[in-house]
Amino acid sequence: MTKNWWKLLAVVFIIYTIIAGLLFKVPHLAILHESIRNLYFHVPMWFTMTMLFLSSVIYSIKYLKSGNEQDDLRAVEFANVGLIFGILGLFTGSLWAKFTWGTWWTTDPKLNSALIAILIYLAYLVLRGSLDEEQKRARIGAVYNIFAFPVMIVLVFVLPRMTDSLHPGNGGNPGFGNYDLDSNMRLVFYPACMGWILLGFWIAQIRFRMRKMENYFLSK
Amino acid sequence: MKKYILSLVLILVSIASFAQNNGTVEMADEMRGSGKIYVVIGVMTIIFIGIAFYLFSIDKKLTKLEKDHNQLSK
Repeated sequence: MTKNWWKLLAVVFIIYTIIAGLLFKVPHLAILHESIRNLYFHVPMWFTMTMLFLSSVIYSIKYLKSGNEQDDLRAVEFANVGLIFGILGLFTGSLWAKFTWGTWWTTDPKLNSALIAILIYLAYLVLRGSLDEEQKRARIGAVYNIFAFPVMIVLVFVLPRMTDSLHPGNGGNPGFGNYDLDSNMRLVFYPACMGWILLGFWIAQIRFRMRKMENYFLSK
Repeated sequence: MKKYILSLVLILVSIASFAQNNGTVEMADEMRGSGKIYVVIGVMTIIFIGIAFYLFSIDKKLTKLEKDHNQLSK
C-alpha cells in the first residue's frame, strides 16, 4: 500500500468533492443557480484530460529519444484515458449548456475548438490503428502526438480567449474569475481537480499494465 | 414634464425589478433545509465508494497476474 497511497488519495478527494461540493455554500448567481456546483465536476474533467495528454506527449518524446516500446505504450494509454475524460467533459458541458444557455450545443468558439481538439486525438488513435508495423506506428504516432498537444492547448485554452464566447473564462466573459474569488468554492474545486487527475492516472496505469502483458503474450 | 415623470417612474420600476432579480436567485435551500439533499449525497458517495473498491480489486488482481507472469517468464 505504501506505493499506492496516491490511489487512496484520489478516492478520498473525490468523496470529499461529492460531499462538500453539494453541501458547502456557493454564490447565489442568476441563471446558474445551483448548477454552479457543476464547476466541481465538469471542469476537473478537462483539467484531467489536459494532464493526461501532457503525460502522453512527454512519453512520446521519451520514446523518440529512447526507442523503448514501453514509453510508446504509456503514451497511447495516457491518450486513451485522456480522450475518455475529454468526452465526459463534452457531455457534461452539453447538459449544463442545455439548462443555462438553453441549447445542447451552440457554435461557440470554446465548444467548437474543444470538439476539434477531441477529434485530433481520435485521429491519433485512428492513425495508430492503421499502421501495422510496430516501430513505424510508434514513431509516426509519437511525432503526430507532439504536434497534436500544442494544437489542443491553443484550441482549448488560447483561441477562445481571443474572441467572444459564452463559456466562462473566455472573451469578454468575467465568469470563472468571479466564482474563483469565492474562497468557499476554491476549498472544493482544487481537491476536486487533484482527485480526478489522480484517478485518471490510476486508470491509465491499469491500462498500461494490461497492455504490457498483452504485448508479451502476443509476441510469444 | 409628464415625459420626465414617466421616465423617472420607469427607471425606478426597472431598478426595483433589478434588485428583485438579484435578491431572489432560486437555489435549492429548501432541499437543504428539509435534509433531503443528504440522501443524494449518500447515494453518490455509495456509488463512488463501490466503484473505488472495484478499481482497487482490479488493481490487486492485475498485480497478482503480473507476479505470476514474472515468475513464468523467468
